[in-house]
Formats: sequence, structure tokens, C-alpha cells
Amino acid sequence: MHQPTRIPRPSIYYPYEVFQPWLPSQHPAQVRQPVVVVGAGPSGMVTALELARHGVASVVLNAELQFSQGSRAICFTRRSMEILQQVGVADRMSANGLPWRFGNSYYRGQRVFRMEAPHDPDDRFYPILNIQQQYMEQYLYEACAASPLIDFRWGNKVTQVVPHDDCVTAMVDTPEGEYALEAQWLVAADGGRSGIRSQFGLQMEGASYEGFFVIADIRIDLPLPTERLAYFDPPWNPSNTILMHREPHGIWRVDYQLPEGETPEEALRPESLKARIDAQLEMIGFGGTPWEMDWSSVYSARTLTLPDYVCGRVVFTGDAAHLLPIFGVRGANTAFQDAQSLGWCLAYTLKGLAGPGLMASHSAERVGAAREIIEEAGKSTRFMTPPTRGFRLLRDAVLSLSLTQAFVRPLYHWRTSRPHEYTHSRLNCPGDDNALFTTGPAHGAPPRNVCLGPGDYLLNHIGGGFDLLYFTEGPAVPEHLLAAVQAWRQRGVSIRITAIGASRPVQGADQTLPDTAGQVRRRYGVFAGGGAYLLRPDQHVCARWLTLDAARLDAALQRALPGA
Amino acid sequence: MTTHTPSPALDIAGLEAVYDALANAIDQAGPDKTELFLVKLALLNAQTLGDASRFEQLVQAALRDL
Repeated sequence: MHQPTRIPRPSIYYPYEVFQPWLPSQHPAQVRQPVVVVGAGPSGMVTALELARHGVASVVLNAELQFSQGSRAICFTRRSMEILQQVGVADRMSANGLPWRFGNSYYRGQRVFRMEAPHDPDDRFYPILNIQQQYMEQYLYEACAASPLIDFRWGNKVTQVVPHDDCVTAMVDTPEGEYALEAQWLVAADGGRSGIRSQFGLQMEGASYEGFFVIADIRIDLPLPTERLAYFDPPWNPSNTILMHREPHGIWRVDYQLPEGETPEEALRPESLKARIDAQLEMIGFGGTPWEMDWSSVYSARTLTLPDYVCGRVVFTGDAAHLLPIFGVRGANTAFQDAQSLGWCLAYTLKGLAGPGLMASHSAERVGAAREIIEEAGKSTRFMTPPTRGFRLLRDAVLSLSLTQAFVRPLYHWRTSRPHEYTHSRLNCPGDDNALFTTGPAHGAPPRNVCLGPGDYLLNHIGGGFDLLYFTEGPAVPEHLLAAVQAWRQRGVSIRITAIGASRPVQGADQTLPDTAGQVRRRYGVFAGGGAYLLRPDQHVCARWLTLDAARLDAALQRALPGA
Repeated sequence: MTTHTPSPALDIAGLEAVYDALANAIDQAGPDKTELFLVKLALLNAQTLGDASRFEQLVQAALRDL
């Protein structure tokens, strides 16, 4: 029998609530579910919320009775915030998080590199927002609990997954024993140590790096702005790297590499933690400032992915699908993009609006994204924690040169997580005008936000289904286009038409954005009426035209929903 | 002296000067810092060269007959 702890986790800033377990004896016999999501971290909950937005019910299983231990993921990118906006929690994240855009790298007491992430006036969210994972999980959970389509079960641990041809059975252990739960699809969002991945014997591809890092959260009053701080080769920890981040509630993340040969157990001894944190504070000029420990953990950098995320009716997502290094904030930020993609692909598959090609495309797109991240993160990781003598020599040479030579300083840039562009996705329309555009988001790219007025942004108006952005100054959407859209809607495909550029409401459009300042047209590179963008339900561009007609729209939707 | 090759080459006197300067600098860096010094120098030279594929050719030439 699964007995998750009922003792609230220790924290000096987050009051953990212990939830009641979901017990099978208190509920009727379990019918077959459309989707069971195993795991209630960022990827699991966003998948459930996205599925619900597309009208698909799911059961979310959380083995524990409370949110996860410690701050864990603390940096959330702009694209993550745009995804969280879609599932309704971005405002709470913004209200309680700390936005930032500058990063500083120090060597021998000198600031040798300053990263300035651009913040365009058209962007609603900052490049990065810092907030502890417990809050993010709490906001997502409250959104799940408010959804009539999400059945969230605390204290339910999956012990075994039995695949069948057209469904999956999960054996679920609870504080009163096991029950069987059958689903058409099972989402394995059970984290980096995924028990389902182990049970299936699936091998991940890629590299593991040897260096260990300690993550320690301390409460301390430091009069420093919210900026990333990185210290290379400091006197107290020669040839290693220390990172610091401000978190809400007066908490600072101190992240440092262990000397070679030291074990995680040794590093996590309280006296070892204290000596090293004191040494770091001393070095940055705040020696003797009182501080209190909240939480500490150890990690090592890995760049691994499964080669395919779809395994029969089981889909791996988030850390269960790939393990990415912490440098560049790629864990949760990648998980959100996985979940956003999985949500619509799985929903449209379940609704019979697409054949197996859509889930295959989901896997290909997200594996491609993971491989791109691995390629980029590998570069940062080889700089932060050099894997061989050669890499260490080069890193040390760059540190030394950086004191006087500007050309090496960009090597300190750690390539922060950015949304993957599905440039070569099979869902992109080959016969559109993509290549004729001179600017704007291209095939597979996420949309560009546009500020339409105070607090009003383009991305506030789109999402939840396919979005057709139709650029016109005319009074109405042409009838043949409307008829084509109507035919797709009758098949169950949600399409919203947003007319852009007309001063009065355009007949046939679901909404009209006058775009008085012309900024949407500029950002999307549409300079004449009749142009259009088609965005998939994850908002990525799958087709764009300088002139749109019904046949071209049909072709793009058929492409985006393979085997429909 | 004029040269008709696109990339300038050292004359004998220049090569001898580089030879002595490099030897003296290695001695000055000392055994513990020789490698670091040479890698820094290689990066500075690569930046001056401004040609990653030419640098790769030079790396291969230097790896020969070690």
C-alpha cells in the first residue's frame, strides 16, 4: 500500500498544504478514461489543462499529497509565460514573481560579461521571471481543480503500466491499496526518474557530464538586483563555477560545483554547505551577513533524450522524455512547450480529427526540439563544467583572455532557453507563400506578440484552437473563405477568424483588431489586404499567405491535420 | 619586400624573431602555465586570422608527426 508522507515538507517561506488522498472506495467503479496523466509537475498539469481547453477530459495522478520539495525550477522564460497565459496562470506568476533581463559573469573580481536580454515594447512578458516551483505548481493545480474536465487525484502512485492495442491499463496504488485505471492514452509525465520509462526499458540517447552541482536556497537580505550572477574559478572553489539567483520572499539560490572527487553526500553535510556559502558571501563582499538554509540538493548535467516520445498509447513528456542541463533554464521551460504541443495533438487525435500522423509529428517536433536544445546546452555545459583536459584548458584560456580581450567574452553567454521553431515540420503547408514573406514569423515559428494598447496584446486574443489571422481593410471576410472555415468547423475543428486592419468590425470575423498603428502588419510582414497567417492550436505558424483563398486554406488545414 | 601571395608570410628574420619570442615567453610562463599560455596565444592568433576553416587546417598541420 502506498503511504505518501502526511507531514508537511519543511520550508521557511512556503506553507505546504497536505491534501487528502483520492481513495477508490469513495468513488464508483472506474470507467475507461480518454487520458490518464501520470505525474503532476509542470508538463503533466499543463498537458491536462491544454487537453481540457480542447474539450478532452483527463485524470491526473500525483503520487504525493503535497507540492514538490524545494524551489527546483525557478526561472521561467517569456515563451513559458505565454504558454501559462494560455492556461490561465500567467497573471498569478507575474504578480508574485521577479522579472529580470540581465546576467553578469565575473572572473577574478571583474565583471567580464554582461548579458542583456532584449525586451521589446511589443512583448507582454519579461525575458525571464523568477519564482519558486511550489508556487507555479500551486497555480497550475488550482487551475486544474477549477476545471470540470480534470480529475486530480492526490496520493495515487502508478506501479505498473500494461499496454494494449487500443488502450492502456495503469495499476494505481493508494493508501488503501491498488486499483486499475484504463485509458485510451497514458501520458508519462513522471519526471526525470520516470518509473514508466524504466518499466518499458527505453534507452535515452546523449551524454552525461561528470561534474556535480549543489543547489542551495538560503534566506538572506542582499541589496542586489534580480540579475543572474555567475562566478568563474573563484579563489574558494578553484576552477569551478558558482551561480546566484534572487527568488521571491528574500530567498537566494546559490548553485556551486563540487571539487572533483567529492561525493554528493559529503557536499550536502551542513558544515560543508555552511563553509562554502560563507566563503561565497565573503567573496562578493557580504561576509558575516546572517542567512538561513531552506533547502539543498545535488544535480549533474545531462543531455539525454528518448528517440521517440510515442510508444503505442503511451506518450513520454517533460523530464520523463528528456534530461536537459540546468544551465540555460531548460527543464520546466522545455516541459511547458512539450505539454502545449502534446495537449492539442492528443486532443485532435482523440476527437478523430487527425490520424496517427499527428502524434508522430508531435514526437518528431519535440524530439527535434530536445536535440536542438542538447546541441546548444552542450556548448554551455562544456564551458560551465569542462568534460576533458582539452575543454578545461580552453575554458581557462578564455577566462584569462576575457580580462582584456573583448572577442572571447560572448563565450560566457549561456544561451538561454528559447522556443523551438518547427521549421521543417510535416505540418507546415508546402504550397503557401512562406518563402515570399520578407519578415514575420515563418513556418513553424511561435507567434510574435504585439502591443495593441495599454495592457492589450495580440496574444491575449488568440489560442485554444486554430487561429486564422486575416489581414483586410474591407467590410467582410470573403464568402468562399467563410464557407471553407464553416466546413472545417462542422467537422469539429475549432477555427477563430481574427480580422486585422479594419477600423470597423469585419463581417464574418470572430473579432476585429483595427491595428491602428499598423504594428501587427509590420511585425507579420503583411502590407496588403488578403494576406493571412494560420496558427496551430499551439500558436505556431503552419501556413501564411500574401493572398488567401478557400482552396489554399483547405490545403493548409489538411496538411496540419494529417489523416483527418 | 613585396609578395604576390594573398596571405603574408614571415621572412627568415621574422621567423627567427617569432622563434625567440615564443621560446622566451614559454620560459617566462613557466612549466605550470605553458599550456594555458599557448592556448591563449592560439585563440588570439585565430581571432587575428579571422578564418575558422584555415585555423582547422593549421590545427591538422600541427597535429602531424607529434
